[in-house]
Amino acid sequence: MKDLVKSLALIPILALPPSSASADPLPSGTTFQSTAIRAQQADEGANPGMLWVEAGAKLWGRTEGSAGKSCAACHGPAEQSMKGVAFRYPAVEPTTGHLLNLETRINLCRTKNQKAAPLAYESGELLGLAAFAARQSLGLPIGVRIDGAAAPFYEQGKAFFYRRRGQLNLSCAQCHVDNAGRKLRADTISHGLGNGYPTYRLEWQTVGSLHRRFRACLFGVRAVQYDFGAPDYLDLELYLASRAEGIAIETPAIRP
Amino acid sequence: MRLAATALALSLAFAFVNAKARDASGLSPFVIVNDAVPAALGGLKGDPARGRQIALDRRRGNCLICHAIPETGEPFPGEIGPSLAGVAARFSEGQIRLRLVDQSRLNPKTVMPSYYRIASFTDVAPEYRGKPVLDTQEIEDLVAYLGTLGK
Ligand code: HEC
Ligand code: HEC
Repeated sequence: MKDLVKSLALIPILALPPSSASADPLPSGTTFQSTAIRAQQADEGANPGMLWVEAGAKLWGRTEGSAGKSCAACHGPAEQSMKGVAFRYPAVEPTTGHLLNLETRINLCRTKNQKAAPLAYESGELLGLAAFAARQSLGLPIGVRIDGAAAPFYEQGKAFFYRRRGQLNLSCAQCHVDNAGRKLRADTISHGLGNGYPTYRLEWQTVGSLHRRFRACLFGVRAVQYDFGAPDYLDLELYLASRAEGIAIETPAIRP
Repeated sequence: MRLAATALALSLAFAFVNAKARDASGLSPFVIVNDAVPAALGGLKGDPARGRQIALDRRRGNCLICHAIPETGEPFPGEIGPSLAGVAARFSEGQIRLRLVDQSRLNPKTVMPSYYRIASFTDVAPEYRGKPVLDTQEIEDLVAYLGTLGK
């Protein structure tokens, strides 16, 4: 009898899921959307973000800059060369040691390889190229490096995520970890992941970058906003990507 | 005698500094007794109708972003904080006041903003620096409004 009680008591302990290393991925932000939005996002013909992807595809083949090269001239068909790129970004660029996301990587190609002027961060052209490049990894799971040269960026991004800020004194984590799944007014707070970016937002009536979303959340808590592409945002983007480990890329997602 | 004069000068200087600080920030001093601020801030009288407006106003109280207030008929309130239905039956006026002034005194990890505090915030957007979320009158109006949410 005593043994039975003992072994029963053990069951819940044994049934506990194994610790973090093999934990299930967090649910994507799309899971918190209405069925109408989810259906529209999944339908290439109906997803307005696909217009940016198509514009990006055209730019991919266009010769730009004094080196007289298009993206395709170096990389060939994006369907092959860009597949599996987006899911490992942000990543450290080995020659400079800078942390680059897709947008800043594309601009580095423009200035260094095409000898062209960088594209403005939130311009339709850069959003189009980033969305087109990310689209080639559709459905592939995110997995960024956070060790080695990436470690300090990761640590800074994590610190940013957990630091309270602004007049309303809230951290990202207080909403996107502690209150994920709860309603903030009519919105359901997601885990705050970037796997659908650039994303078409109905409120914006356009596609926007992840950094634009950061600015919106910081505006909400009445905190200082940084420039698009700022180092703080790149670090944060890396930390978010590490939280998104194992989640499929869904670019371009749709959000209210 | 000299000592007394110095003390007087000092206390005058102190009062002056205090008044200056109050002007700049708009904050009135308050006294916390247990988990309440029993006295009305700045001795002001609140108006419940104005308080209701402030609670609903997205640019001021914006309380519905986190709390249900069934009386307002708002169909999509937030669910981060408890419903404020019947809050006056659970808390005294002074207890409600402290929760609005600075909930973090009761729960340092709270997500509820400190509406009447300016100290020790970080990275505040320039246009909000040195200002509380709500001013003295707005806090008293809200206290008066929440006081009407009995059972
Ligand atoms: C007061 C609550 C709150 C805070 C604080 C907050 N957010 Fe958000 N955030 C939201 C809400 C609400 C949304 C829209 C619903 C959603 O997609 O989660 C959102 C959306 C997002 C999204 C888009 C998710 C998607 O799938 O489209 C990201 C990314 C994000 N937040 C990151 C952050 C970061 C990083 C911070 C801190 C700098 C932060 N948030 C601070 C409430 C907050
Ligand atoms: C970002 C979320 C958020 C906002 C905005 C917010 N609150 Fe709260 N509030 C909470 C939470 C959460 C609690 C529970 C106590 C805690 O966790 O510290 C709370 C507690 C309270 C309480 C105590 C009630 C109880 O049953 O414990 C009152 C009163 C209150 N809030 C009033 C307001 C009013 C009035 C406003 C607007 C001026 C407001 N709150 C804005 C999140 C919020």
